[in-house]
Amino acid sequence: MSTTNMLIAGFGGQGILFSGKFLAYKGLTEGKEVSWLPSYGPEMRGGTASCSIIVSDEPVGSPIVSNPDVLIAMNLPSLDKYEDAVVPGGKIFVDSTLIDRKVNRTDVEVYYIPSTQLASDNNMPTLANMIIAGKLLAVTGEFEEESVNAALKKVISAKRADMLETNLKAMQIGAEN
Amino acid sequence: MSDKVLMKGNEAIAEAAIIAGCRHYFGYPITPQTEIAAYMAKKMPKIGGTFLQAESEIAAINMVYGVSSTGKRVMTSSSSPGISLKGEGLSYLAGADLPALVVNVQRGGPGLGGIQPSQSDYFQATKGGAHGDFHMIVLAPSSVQEMADLTVKGFDLADKYRMTTMILADGTMGQMMEPVSLDYEIAAPVEKPWATTGTKMERKHNIVNSLFLAPDELEKTNFERYDRYKKIEETECMYEEYMMEDAEICVTAFGIAARVSKNAINEARKQGIKVGLIRPITLWPFPTAPYKKAAGQVKEIISVELSMGQMIEDVKLATECKVPVTLCNRTGGMIPSPEQVLEAIKNAAKGGTK
Repeated sequence: MSTTNMLIAGFGGQGILFSGKFLAYKGLTEGKEVSWLPSYGPEMRGGTASCSIIVSDEPVGSPIVSNPDVLIAMNLPSLDKYEDAVVPGGKIFVDSTLIDRKVNRTDVEVYYIPSTQLASDNNMPTLANMIIAGKLLAVTGEFEEESVNAALKKVISAKRADMLETNLKAMQIGAEN
Repeated sequence: MSDKVLMKGNEAIAEAAIIAGCRHYFGYPITPQTEIAAYMAKKMPKIGGTFLQAESEIAAINMVYGVSSTGKRVMTSSSSPGISLKGEGLSYLAGADLPALVVNVQRGGPGLGGIQPSQSDYFQATKGGAHGDFHMIVLAPSSVQEMADLTVKGFDLADKYRMTTMILADGTMGQMMEPVSLDYEIAAPVEKPWATTGTKMERKHNIVNSLFLAPDELEKTNFERYDRYKKIEETECMYEEYMMEDAEICVTAFGIAARVSKNAINEARKQGIKVGLIRPITLWPFPTAPYKKAAGQVKEIISVELSMGQMIEDVKLATECKVPVTLCNRTGGMIPSPEQVLEAIKNAAKGGTK
């Protein structure tokens, strides 16, 4: 029985909610219990946007993640705000293009991924979110092509089916970096 | 599992309403329930339904009155300050014995308040909601699945008893996504011989009205309505009990507060504290039976609420104050943490706050 509490945070517009929805759908396609809860309100315009995702073998209680096992920080205010909330032994994924400081905690695993830079270098400027999600799945050993593909199909509308391949590639770039 | 889709609570309500046969939606945008209107705006024109963004909440509820008079399933949705604006219409619907579904995705108040989740419209929802002697059936979902299930059920109850059913949710329930299955057997529509559908010169006029100037006549309508309410209280109460069999402490909460409480209860159980949960699903009628039972079993009841303490009054009435009932709360858009609830449980286990 395991439960993973994830928190993704960054600026509004970075695809925080999208990558969160992808991770939730990935859990669902694997038969897990899942919940997805966005921050909503004025803070989404310019400030930090965040999204709580819970993937569990048991029914999800509160959908609010205050102490994440996994934090993806895609801008400095998010790292500042949530670094101390991560559980000891948890994982922090840092977009090192946009965050120029190191994580202060010594009791967590930290991964620095220049995802915004990688996205720009690979001509996929809007997919830094999926690059870092790919890294997360690689680190946790959950990069299974079948469920990744199934989840991508759920979150990408049929009209944008051409984006499937690009999203998958972004995740592979993340996994390899 | 594979037939389940991820939906926001607000979207689940909208889709379930359509499945239940609702083809008329009137509303006015307000955070955190706007997704309901957005979903209806997209879907209704495609299925021959009506989506109309009214000029105000007051206009929207009166459009609901109009459509309901014709016997069609109809709904509106809003959030706390918008529901207050609808108050007059809610009373008129009750006075005219019209069925309707009204959704309140609550936010912090009073006044314009904030936009974060709240349960502080409990009094307003369960004690009538506006002027005059009346009640609404009030359903409190605690998952996205229940947002959908209770919407379908809500339409049935509204038609059956010719009254408003209110879905009392909150910002969290509206905004969160969870897997939902929307597989329903929809019951045949209830006959509505009272509806104003045109006489075709074959019957007497039906009149839908809430004005009764003769006091004895008005009294009679109220007596009849309350006879119906009595039957609802006897037959329609819904609640969930969680780990109550051997509980020595009882937590009670609805909606999002119940989910937070379950986390705390699971943790407390790991620490050896015998604690359970009573989660009312109908807030009106309030399910008194599990509380009466708990009153003879537990040493304290903790009411967990996103308000200054509103449901707690019904808990005290239901238990006739036979056990101490304490409050564990946040308000104004804040949500109690599982840790806060756990603290309250531990405190009760140590002898409590008598």
